[in-house]
Amino acid sequence: MADKKWMPRWFYQLASPRWCYDITGKLLPIFAVAAVLLLVTGTVWALMFAPADYQQGDSFRIIYIHVPSAILAQSCYMMMAVAGAIGLIWKMKVADMVAKSCAPIGATIAILALATGAIWGKPTWGSWWVWDARLTSMLILLFLYFGVMALNSAIESEQTAAQATAVLALVGLVNIPIIKYSVDWWNTLHQPATFTLTEKPAMPPEMWIPLLVMVIGFYCFFAVAMMLRLRNEIVRRERRSSWVRELISG
Amino acid sequence: MSFESFAEFIDMGGHGLYVWLSYAIALGVVVINIVNPLMQKRQIFTEQVRRLRREKQNP
Repeated sequence: MADKKWMPRWFYQLASPRWCYDITGKLLPIFAVAAVLLLVTGTVWALMFAPADYQQGDSFRIIYIHVPSAILAQSCYMMMAVAGAIGLIWKMKVADMVAKSCAPIGATIAILALATGAIWGKPTWGSWWVWDARLTSMLILLFLYFGVMALNSAIESEQTAAQATAVLALVGLVNIPIIKYSVDWWNTLHQPATFTLTEKPAMPPEMWIPLLVMVIGFYCFFAVAMMLRLRNEIVRRERRSSWVRELISG
Repeated sequence: MSFESFAEFIDMGGHGLYVWLSYAIALGVVVINIVNPLMQKRQIFTEQVRRLRREKQNP
C-alpha cells in the first residue's frame, strides 16, 4: 500500500488486530446493554401489547421474530461477502476474521427465519413448507452459510480458507436480490416486504413500531455475537504476538 | 394489554403452541450465539496459558 491517503485513517486502524481487539472491548458492553433493553422491550410489546391481526389472530405475533431474523440473515450474509472481498483485495487479516465470524451466526439466524416461517405457515397457509420462491431462496442462503463454514473447517491454511470462502460468499451474493425480489418475480404464497425504504408500512404504528424495536434489537444482538467471535479469532491467530502473550499471562 | 387473563395470554387465541415455539427457538438461537463464543474464549485462553507455561519451562 504505497499511497495511503485515499482511504480514511480508521480503515487502516481496522486492519490492526490489536486496535480491533481494544475497540471491540469498549463497544461490546454498549451493544450488549442496547440489545437486552431493545429485545426485552420489543418482546413484551410484541406479545402483550401489540394488537392481534384481524385475519391471523395472535399467530401474527410470530412476525416479531420472523421478519427481524430474515432481515438479519441477509444483512449478515452481505457483511460476510463484503468483509471477504476486503480481505481478498487488501489482504486484510481482520476482514478475513470478520467474514469467518459471520458464517455460524448467520446460519443460526437463517435457521431461525426458516423455522419461524414454517411455524407461522402451518396455521396461516395450512402447511409447514411449500417450495415457494421466497422459501427456497432462503433455504439456499442457509446452505451458502453451511458451505462457507464447511470450507473454513476443511482448509488447513487460514489464508487459503479465507480466500476460498470469500469467493464462495461473493458468488452467493447473487442470491440476495433473488430473495428480495422473489415475492415480485414469482407467484408466491409469501406476503411482500413488511418494511421498504420508500413506502409507509402497510400496518398501523402500534404493530410496526414494536417490529422496528425488534429489528434494531436483533442488529445489536448480532453486533455482540459477532464481536465475541471476532475477539476469539484475533486472540487465536495473533497468539504469537507480544501483546496477546501479555494479555494471556496478565 | 391485548389479553384479559393469563390463561388467554398463554393460549394466544388457540395459536399458543406456534407462537411460544417461535419465541423459544429465538431464545435458543440468542443463547447459543452468546454462550458458544464465551466457551470458545475460555478454551483458547486455557490452551494459550498452558502453551506459554510449556515454553517457559523448556525454552
